[in-house]
Amino acid sequence: MIEKLIFYVFAALLIGSATMVIVSRQSVRAAFFLIVAFCASAVLWMLLSAEFLALLLIFVYVGAVMTLFMFVVMMLNLDQESLQEKFVRYLPFAVLLVALMVGVLVYAMKPGHLGELGLAISPHPSADYSNTKALGLLLYTHYVYAFELAAVILLIAIVAAIGLTHREKSRNKRQRIDAQLAATKADRLQILQLEAEK
Amino acid sequence: MIDLLIALVWIVLKILLIALPLLGAVAYMTLAERKILAYAHVRIGPNRVGFAGLLQPLADGLKLFFKEIIIPSKANPVVFVLAPIVSFATAAAAWAVIPFDEGWVLANVNAGLLYVLALTSLGVYGILMAGWSSNSKYALFGAMRSAAQVVSYEIAMGFALVGVLMAADSTNLQDIVLRQQGGLWHWYWLPLLPLFVVYWISGVAETNRAPFDMAEGEAEIVAGFHVEYSGMSFAIFFLAEYANMILISALASVLFLGGWLSPFEGIPVLGSLFSFVPGIIWFFAKMAFFLFLYVWLRATLPRYRYDQIMYLGWKVLIPVTIVWIVVTGLLIEWRVAPWFI
Repeated sequence: MIEKLIFYVFAALLIGSATMVIVSRQSVRAAFFLIVAFCASAVLWMLLSAEFLALLLIFVYVGAVMTLFMFVVMMLNLDQESLQEKFVRYLPFAVLLVALMVGVLVYAMKPGHLGELGLAISPHPSADYSNTKALGLLLYTHYVYAFELAAVILLIAIVAAIGLTHREKSRNKRQRIDAQLAATKADRLQILQLEAEK
Repeated sequence: MIDLLIALVWIVLKILLIALPLLGAVAYMTLAERKILAYAHVRIGPNRVGFAGLLQPLADGLKLFFKEIIIPSKANPVVFVLAPIVSFATAAAAWAVIPFDEGWVLANVNAGLLYVLALTSLGVYGILMAGWSSNSKYALFGAMRSAAQVVSYEIAMGFALVGVLMAADSTNLQDIVLRQQGGLWHWYWLPLLPLFVVYWISGVAETNRAPFDMAEGEAEIVAGFHVEYSGMSFAIFFLAEYANMILISALASVLFLGGWLSPFEGIPVLGSLFSFVPGIIWFFAKMAFFLFLYVWLRATLPRYRYDQIMYLGWKVLIPVTIVWIVVTGLLIEWRVAPWFI
């Protein structure tokens, strides 16, 4: 009873805030609503006893990714009216995309496609059941290749991001600590002997 | 129905039992900080209100309570009011999973460690919201600095906690304490010493305390994110900062210093001599040690420069944690006594 109530409240909150993300014209406000949406979906995952994923969603997405996002968005000073005009420009394309997405999801989410795993998990596991351990065991045994592949792809993305932004000849003034430490008195100080003038 | 109601009342009572002493601790932490700082500076500190200044926190609270709360005209009023609330709520909610003694915990959840990590990472939103909604340059600068700093140090902190959960084979905070049973040398501070140091440094950075208090940086950006706040709205930021300090101290005690366990456990004479001391006293003593460390750091160290903070976080602390996670894995694999049997 209470679980159902929690589910409906947070599902409504999730849908409402997700809608506000795309509707609101102010980018910072949209980002705030995205955070609310993440928190609401974390609660829904928690109801499924997926506490590891739920807390990770908050820790990684809300705690780190969205913080950096806000970092950028807060710096922007967008012209609000120009944003408003273009709101429906891509509507036909967006509708097509949403229809495709929903079609794929409906096709993929059929009970038959989830395999034996979808049926094995009961909604109310016992108290000593650890979601974290179960996930770890599955990831490092059954799905180890997919997991490693994902890790490598992420590593490539990191290297690419660093490669794109980290250039040797950059214009920013960076501190060279080794040069500072290696500096001696002779490099910095020149003592001049000047004749006193009369 | 009645059962549910009784359970609800019981939970509310437990929450009050944690929250009220927490507020008291915050109030007297401010006094302790002023006193310790004063003695570090060879001064006396507040000594006028009450006996030896003991009523000073009440006087401060009363003063802040009667001050006017000003909302700047160009500020975003909703976010401006929400910011201190978010700040304090995240600092207070994390206390739900802290075990004070065996069984003395509001919510004995399996993923306690993750819960604490998730909630402490949310704390930065209070600062971000305050900085943005104030519509002031200094406040925005403070918020930006804080966001960059917290994101950097959260990684080191998370990795340090990975080491702890590897060693304890559990994310339940009570289990983590019970795994450290057996006296001073069985606590995790010894096998995980580098992680302990990294955790403490990043804990200080996460709470925006000296020497990492660039978000406030009163010499450069006035007071940082809370420059536009006054009266009680400022006081709530203050409460949140101190509640976070106490939380990090409690966590450091639970994870690395054996929580409520006695340090004399297993030592022939001392062990039985001190066996009457309840666990919560040991827990509070360990927390007090870390809180003193906070003030000691503030009295001793000058503020870091921004690029130095980033350098320390990314190029020193994170590599140290990664190396020590591997070492911890080996220690567990080789079943090194007495910690991993």
